[in-house]
Amino acid sequence: MSEVLECHGLSKRYGAKLALESVDLTLARGELVGLLGPNGAGKTTLMKSACGLLRPSGGSVSVCGAPAGSGEALSRLGYLAELFRFPGWLTAEEVIELHQGLSRSRGGAAERAALLDLVGLGEARGVKVDAMSKGMQQRLGIAQALVGTPHLLLLDEPASALDPAGRRAVRELLLSLRQRGISVLLNSHLLSDVELVCDRVVLLVGGRVVRSGRPADLVRPRGVEVETASGVHTYEGSTREDAPRIVSELVAGGEQVYGVRVLASTLEDVYLESVGA
Amino acid sequence: MSPWATVVRYAVQESLRRRVFLVVLVLTGLFLAAYAAGALAIFGGLDDFGGDGDERAAVGTGLLGFAMFVVLFLGTTLAIFLTIGTVRGDAERGLLAPLVVRPLGRTQLLGARMAAAAAMSGGYVVAFFAVLVLLTGAVGQWFPDAVLGAGAGLVGAVLVVCALSLLGSTFLTATANGIAVFMLFGAGLAAALLHQLALGLDSGALKGISELAGWLLPFMALYLASLGSLGPDINTADILGGPSGVALFGWTLVYLALLAAGARTAFLRRDL
Repeated sequence: MSEVLECHGLSKRYGAKLALESVDLTLARGELVGLLGPNGAGKTTLMKSACGLLRPSGGSVSVCGAPAGSGEALSRLGYLAELFRFPGWLTAEEVIELHQGLSRSRGGAAERAALLDLVGLGEARGVKVDAMSKGMQQRLGIAQALVGTPHLLLLDEPASALDPAGRRAVRELLLSLRQRGISVLLNSHLLSDVELVCDRVVLLVGGRVVRSGRPADLVRPRGVEVETASGVHTYEGSTREDAPRIVSELVAGGEQVYGVRVLASTLEDVYLESVGA
Repeated sequence: MSPWATVVRYAVQESLRRRVFLVVLVLTGLFLAAYAAGALAIFGGLDDFGGDGDERAAVGTGLLGFAMFVVLFLGTTLAIFLTIGTVRGDAERGLLAPLVVRPLGRTQLLGARMAAAAAMSGGYVVAFFAVLVLLTGAVGQWFPDAVLGAGAGLVGAVLVVCALSLLGSTFLTATANGIAVFMLFGAGLAAALLHQLALGLDSGALKGISELAGWLLPFMALYLASLGSLGPDINTADILGGPSGVALFGWTLVYLALLAAGARTAFLRRDL
């Protein structure tokens, strides 16, 4: 079994509203997948279904082959909710210790120290949650999700309260997790972050998967831009393969070429096009 | 430490840090001081009049019986505030999800929270009642006949309210649940008044309603049973209809089991 997360025909209905409609999604070991979509698209519902907080209305979800929400599935995943809170009277180290106890982790003090160092809270292990900034609490949330070395990490907006340095640290952390074989499902509105770190993105709109694939495969070529002595010329519809011919023709025509840039749509363009914005 | 014990420890620590615990302790201290002063004055007056053992027992029973209602009320208040937000309240505040996604399981999580709340509120009731009994004995040289029975009745009454509040927390927000459980507590008291009214008016319909309330809200019957344990001449059977004696004991166990099963089922089916 190589799939860490498997959703087949997953549906979730809240009364008359269909939040998820026959979603098929798989995550392989060590794969980092970005979940994109506008507000209300069903991303959090999908995350919550995967960790057993919601009961699907149809279809199935499994984690490492075990039904979502079962003890076996829960023992293999780490989850950071979009809206979460830790008791304000606990220190950072006590929060991790609590979750070590709940997940039967035998990592002890060494694991606590390693996780807090990993998220940059090594110096703040004795600080109470009440005294932490939102960014510190979010980093603590990530550390908590990593207790017990899960096979699958479900992160719902993990960088929403982080400053640019914090976001960069999270990106680096995600890449290091991938190297350790941990699969990550990342729900984020930060498209640039997703584009930088994810192997694959899944775009949800209205509870359905409308696009899925590698970021490089989803973007489309938009043309070739050539900077010459007479100005910048854009050749729309041309691709990377057309660039040498365009440059040759310009040089043959007496133009001096200073630079060539292949233009492609960004993940943001793909996203906006897909959601109809 | 097992995950279950981890949750119990966490819940007990959380209880101790809640402001309501401090408020209940302060109120308890103030009440004990007032009770000691009152007991000194009343038993002192009895000495002046040369009261005998029967009169001493009557005064002790009256004083302790009154104080037991305060124990019930404060114990109930503590139990309610420790459990009103266990499921829906904590879920809405974002505290529950990080705990539920651990392999502990919802049944064990709920059981551990109930055990912690029961230990805290039950322990409080035992300690408070024990201090009152010792205080009454020291001041008035009188002790109730069945201390253990009286204490067990009080603890049982508080546990019933605790379980009701836990069940309510799976359906209602913390504020709504708190209001609902306090209304049920009030309904239990009203049932006793209704029963007295039914006896006075000789109304079969009112009697039936009060007896049904006695079965549905057994904490009042447990409180009255604990009052009845104070002395041989105290008859509380006619204060409220409903279960008494062995039937009350058995019904309380069944009732607690039904509440636990209801809370478990509701929690397992709840989307968080």
